[in-house]
Amino acid sequence: MDFSLTNEYAMAQKLFRDFAQNEVAPIAEEVDENHRFPTETVALMQKYGFMGIPFSKEWGGQGCDYLTYALAVEEISKVCGTTGVILSAHTSLCAGAINAYGTPEQKDKFLRPLADGRKIGAFGLTEPEAGTDAAGQQTKAVLDGDEWVINGNKIFITNGGEAEIYVIFAMTDKAAGTRGISAFIVEKGTPGFEFGINEKKMGIRGSATRELIFRDCRIPKDQLLGKEGKGFGVAMSTLDDGRIGIAAQALGIAGGALEKTVAYVKERKQFGRPISAFQNTQFKLAEMKTELEAARWLVYLAASKYDKGEKHSVEAAMAKLKASRVASWITNQAVQLHGGYGYIQDYGVERMMRDAKITEIYEGTSEVMLMVVSAALLK
Amino acid sequence: MKIIVCIKQVPDTTEVKLDPKTGTLIREGVPSIMNPDDKAGLEAALRIKDEHGAHVSVISMGPFQAREMLREALAMGADAAYLITDRAFAASDTWATSSILAAAISKLDYDLIITGRQAIDGDTAQVGPETAEHLGIPNISYAEEVHVDGDTLVVKRQFEDYSHLVRAKFPVLITALGELNKPRYMTPGAIFDAWREAEIVEWNRPDVPVDDSNIGYRGSPTRVAKSFPKTMKAPGMKIEEGVEESVEFIFDKLKEKYLL
Repeated sequence: MDFSLTNEYAMAQKLFRDFAQNEVAPIAEEVDENHRFPTETVALMQKYGFMGIPFSKEWGGQGCDYLTYALAVEEISKVCGTTGVILSAHTSLCAGAINAYGTPEQKDKFLRPLADGRKIGAFGLTEPEAGTDAAGQQTKAVLDGDEWVINGNKIFITNGGEAEIYVIFAMTDKAAGTRGISAFIVEKGTPGFEFGINEKKMGIRGSATRELIFRDCRIPKDQLLGKEGKGFGVAMSTLDDGRIGIAAQALGIAGGALEKTVAYVKERKQFGRPISAFQNTQFKLAEMKTELEAARWLVYLAASKYDKGEKHSVEAAMAKLKASRVASWITNQAVQLHGGYGYIQDYGVERMMRDAKITEIYEGTSEVMLMVVSAALLK
Repeated sequence: MKIIVCIKQVPDTTEVKLDPKTGTLIREGVPSIMNPDDKAGLEAALRIKDEHGAHVSVISMGPFQAREMLREALAMGADAAYLITDRAFAASDTWATSSILAAAISKLDYDLIITGRQAIDGDTAQVGPETAEHLGIPNISYAEEVHVDGDTLVVKRQFEDYSHLVRAKFPVLITALGELNKPRYMTPGAIFDAWREAEIVEWNRPDVPVDDSNIGYRGSPTRVAKSFPKTMKAPGMKIEEGVEESVEFIFDKLKEKYLL
């Protein structure tokens, strides 16, 4: 057992760190303030292969693995949770689903442009009445000749409107329950496929969170992803993988907040001493660091299991549960240690605190993670 | 076209720390990076490769650890990497270093050699031009713009407040300024290839056709008499008022310091 990153991972981590510092950090506050999708940063991530890290070169990817991808999400999220989730939703949820379930023709047509950086991807499962209860899908798809006709609404879709390629879910057989759900690939610009409101969020404000509206949207028959009626499995296994990305995002936000706090407490003087001289500060920092490292190894473990081709559903759930809680707690402590300055925008930690909360909610709430872990224990 | 870029691994510090006893650099605990001017030189080579097609080799003289920097160059897009390493080459000054580099480069085919203007740990700016001298090829230093025009290279050379536009036939050596460009990032996949698949060719003393009298400490005519940190000057002040107000401000400052 060796807990150190080998040379290639360490160099990749340094690449992501440099990129985050030079390209992502300078606009993080502005992107949050203006609820602005950071198109220029995404274009750079596309140019440098960040959007296709775990996919094979055969399909235009980088031929690396999930651990490398997790490191990318982590380092970028250290400075900007918004950019972290854009990368994560694109990679894990959209490209990842097509990579896992697509036919060679679908991979050539849809995975390749996602992986080589020409197109952005999104994933649409959630509906107004189907959140944690994902089986309650109302969106319907009916086969009409050589086309599927889709009707329904999806909400809270990350990268919605910005993405060109969408993996979405719809009922193809209402009576069959979860066995009646199927997955589809839909392209932006398809007639009958439009976007609703862009949500105003508490955090990750630069990321797009849109409604997807399907009104007699016709797609070719061959854009069914996986087998008919097997969509629920596609969604669940894709979310298992996505949780590693969100856990990495949470880990990054937490790590970024800790870095800012360590720097701040050395500078900030009260009672004639830097506040780092007080044991309250020291102990708090030690707790934060310990929690961060505990979360880190759960995240890397889940990614490593994925890379070995082992079952990783429970590890991903534990990683997301722990890392998201740690992110919320650490960012909260970071604001506390910054005092009044933490509550205003200037130091960035209030943004991190707002960004952290969503990691406990999306791609499965913490309560869903508890269900996954306990179900595995008790089976 | 075949391009060779000479790159050096240097300590990542703008504030050079010196050992007060020996006057030499303290390298322990300081992360190493590719020398910024050299990195700009590599980027210039890679842009020529992108535009016209070229084979780009990177070459470095240094300790075993320099392999990591060579892998970084490969991950940016270089095609081949050479490390010249041997205890016999240690403590070489610019004369010895350029003698060794030129001898090593003479074993390779090249149309264009690019070096950085100078390394941030030595600041001599001599190795590039000396290497051209040893190889008997023209040298254009301080390149701030570079482009290939048919069978010639056109270089905008920084010269005090002016620039020279110099055209040269191949083979030619240029020394690159850090301001030449913004070097690209590595790509994740190329990093993995650089560590898992690429070979770094290692050349030791017997592989380099250079005379013993021109290598290492004994082959180095330079002797550093003394090294010491510079006294820091106070930072300058920029006045952005109208002419009248600015002149008045400056006069007041000079009077304040009893200089007038």
